[in-house]
Amino acid sequence: MSRPLSRGPSPSCRFGLALWTRSLFALLVAAGSIVCRGAVARAQTADAGAMPPVEDNAIIGHVLFDQLEGRTNGNQWEFRWGGEGWIGTDMNKLWFKSEGFLENGIATDGDSEALYDRPIPYLKYFDFQAGVRYDLDSNPGITWGAIGIEGLAPYFFEFAPTFYFSDRGRFAGRVTGSYDLLITQRLIAQPQFELNLYSKQDAARGVGSGLSDLDTGVRLRYEITRKIGPYIGVAYTQTFGETAHFTREEGGIVHDPRFIFGLRVWY
Amino acid sequence: MHPPNDSLRRPGLSRRRFVQGMLAGGAIAGLDLWRWPKLGLTAAPATPQLTGNNFDLVIGEMPVNFTGKPAVATAVNGCVPAPTLHWREGDTVTISVTNRLSTDTSIHWHGLRVPADMDGVPGLSFAGIRPNQTFVYRFPVIQHGTYWYHSHSRFQEQTGHYGALIIDPGRKDGLEYDRDFVILLSDWTDESPETIFTNLKQQSDYYNYNQRTAGTFLNDAARNGLGATVSDRLMWGRMNMTPTDLSDVSAATYTYLINGQPPAANWTALFRPRERVRLRFINGSSMTIFDVRIPNLPMTVVQTDGNDVDPVTVDEFRISVAETYDVIVAPREGSAFTIFAQSIDRTGFARATLAVRPGLTAAIPPMDPRPLLTMVDMGMGSMQAMADSSRMQMKDSSAMTAAHDTAGSADMSGMPGMHHHGAQAARPQPAPFVVVPQQSRGKSRPPGQPGPGVIPIMAAPGAVEMPAPKSFDLRVGPQVDNVAMDPTQRLNEPGLGLNGNGRRVLTYADLRARWRGLDLRPPEREIVLHLTGNMERFIWGFDGRKFSEAEPIRVSLGERVRIVLINDSMMNHPIHLHGLWSELDNGKGDFRPYKHTINVKPGERLSYLVSADTPGEWAYHCHLLYHMEAGIFRKVIVS
Repeated sequence: MSRPLSRGPSPSCRFGLALWTRSLFALLVAAGSIVCRGAVARAQTADAGAMPPVEDNAIIGHVLFDQLEGRTNGNQWEFRWGGEGWIGTDMNKLWFKSEGFLENGIATDGDSEALYDRPIPYLKYFDFQAGVRYDLDSNPGITWGAIGIEGLAPYFFEFAPTFYFSDRGRFAGRVTGSYDLLITQRLIAQPQFELNLYSKQDAARGVGSGLSDLDTGVRLRYEITRKIGPYIGVAYTQTFGETAHFTREEGGIVHDPRFIFGLRVWY
Repeated sequence: MHPPNDSLRRPGLSRRRFVQGMLAGGAIAGLDLWRWPKLGLTAAPATPQLTGNNFDLVIGEMPVNFTGKPAVATAVNGCVPAPTLHWREGDTVTISVTNRLSTDTSIHWHGLRVPADMDGVPGLSFAGIRPNQTFVYRFPVIQHGTYWYHSHSRFQEQTGHYGALIIDPGRKDGLEYDRDFVILLSDWTDESPETIFTNLKQQSDYYNYNQRTAGTFLNDAARNGLGATVSDRLMWGRMNMTPTDLSDVSAATYTYLINGQPPAANWTALFRPRERVRLRFINGSSMTIFDVRIPNLPMTVVQTDGNDVDPVTVDEFRISVAETYDVIVAPREGSAFTIFAQSIDRTGFARATLAVRPGLTAAIPPMDPRPLLTMVDMGMGSMQAMADSSRMQMKDSSAMTAAHDTAGSADMSGMPGMHHHGAQAARPQPAPFVVVPQQSRGKSRPPGQPGPGVIPIMAAPGAVEMPAPKSFDLRVGPQVDNVAMDPTQRLNEPGLGLNGNGRRVLTYADLRARWRGLDLRPPEREIVLHLTGNMERFIWGFDGRKFSEAEPIRVSLGERVRIVLINDSMMNHPIHLHGLWSELDNGKGDFRPYKHTINVKPGERLSYLVSADTPGEWAYHCHLLYHMEAGIFRKVIVS
């Protein structure tokens, strides 16, 4: 999505979304409890009332902030966050994703997703994901159902297309991709892109129908450790069609190249 | 044999205290601690020997410092590694194990033929030893040789809970030597093993800092041409595999130890010129396969996994995790030799010294070039990559020849003489083969291992028709990233990174048991298992199933089966069957080497025979600790 200036929240709109949110989160919680119960049940079936000889279904968690960065075009600064996390076993996980921009205390283009995740048989490195996306920022929000896949395409290409649908007949799509190019063992260049599409215009959030926006960049990070990697880079965002029109109306920038300085961290 | 000499026994202790990596604490709790009187194990101040029939072992935490940073280890009687236990074949031993940890613990006697409830695997043999509880192990010792013991609870083995176990033969076995040393290899990390495990789950190449980069691309393009390099990168990339994936955990976190001493501390064993020295190599690592050599000193391998083999003299051998190799060396000239054990991924090494005086050192050889995996390692046998492989081999050998020059090629000329001069000449003839009726087998305890005077059970009369193996039950789910299309026989290969290095390197095909096997029946059944994994997800299993997803393997008591292993993955897997011997099919007929841990190379197909002579539930698993916990574990039920 593009980044229009804040319009203030609309309470009536949020109320309508609550149903979606509730039902889908209930689904996720149910999935989560199945994951946990499964692990406990397995532990209990072991001999002699003991733990099993190996705990190959342990629950593991992971949080990755791929993008925690300042972006500047010389005049303006904005802060960008983008990250994901998961918790679960090899076969059943709960995923969380979040991204957005922060400028002068106003959040734009923010969304968060909660997804159930399961490896896909025969697609060795891809997971199926389904859940909810909630557009959470200083603009009126909207809740979507989400279905997608995420994983490692051949040639080590990280790839995640996701399809979104809302209760008011709206559809949206997002495709993200990235690639880690090792310059040295610790100096890594990462080209990345994110494309958004919408079936219908949403003036309140400043998106038009069709191809809406592209966020792309190249980051050069140095992994001090695997888990801490400061980086510099360039990012380029562009809005298209109706969205570009909205962006111009808002006084935003349609073609927006910026220098970035950030930190990639994970736990 | 020389009585242990005090000046020999404690070399350079005062000096050693200042060397980085000395154990920070080593208080030894009250126990029957008296040194082994006979063999004169010397020069190892950190690891005490316990001998006798009764032992009290206390498992507790202990502060240590192996890397310059303080850390906490899991110690046995205040020692890391645990005290060396010295038993005698024919004795019944009693070991009281008290747990002073805040979590459960256990001791597994690796390679020992014990009743199933004494095997020490929580969840299979018993419930584990709870905090502040004492568990008493008691069993007859029916075998001899070099073994080891370790915790079978989660990751305690990684944090120091492992030690050597030496069993003297009940009757003379003819091996002659003047000195006897345990060389216990291990890998130490200051990180929590739980952290290592989650790191691997989150990013499976976390510890690989030797990946292909833009730099290696340019080098390869300059050497092999741009087109060849691009197509090579594309070939690996298409499968999302990397040829640099030699070891999941590297020296990026590990410090490699010999007898609990990091390389800088230089654990030293003392000998007098012209003595024959027995070195008992034990790989007590969690994840590290080592390539071991002693430059300028050929080694005669006389035993593996506690079982005698016909002596074979080599310059180098690969020791996979949990294996043991006993070698005899006879240094004739020279006053110091480096025992050099480099990790399979060439990221680091463990080192010790054999010397005539404390403080002497020999040169430490450079590590060999780091090899790359080939398509053969992916189970694509003779396919396209033969060219790649031979190209790499050439690169390998030319570089290694250079490295070898420093070691001196005179080794080779000394070898044949050594062979006869060594243990082989001294060994007695194998006992005559005696056949006893098969029925007697049920009443008495099964023989512990082949040996002089041990009577094999009768061979089944006539030929036994073995049913064709039912097609294996491989499930290809997200747990599997590759299935070997064309697995190859690789018993006569020393292993990746050792092929054609200009040295004589031991292979599995060189191993021939010194004594005729215990059970001469042909197998009645074949069990085919694939060793599978998804490298990216760090999931491992047999036949695409983790332990928690799989049914146990059932074998009838008294049954003789052939286990066929096909390694679909690109990593070596040391496969360990508890309680029963694994008799490797390597073309030696009735003299198959008896082993407890069999290393299966990437893309390899091998088989071994198992006589299910002891009932119970036995663990069967890959001995790479994090692989095991990631699922490559099965229960074998003998009933």
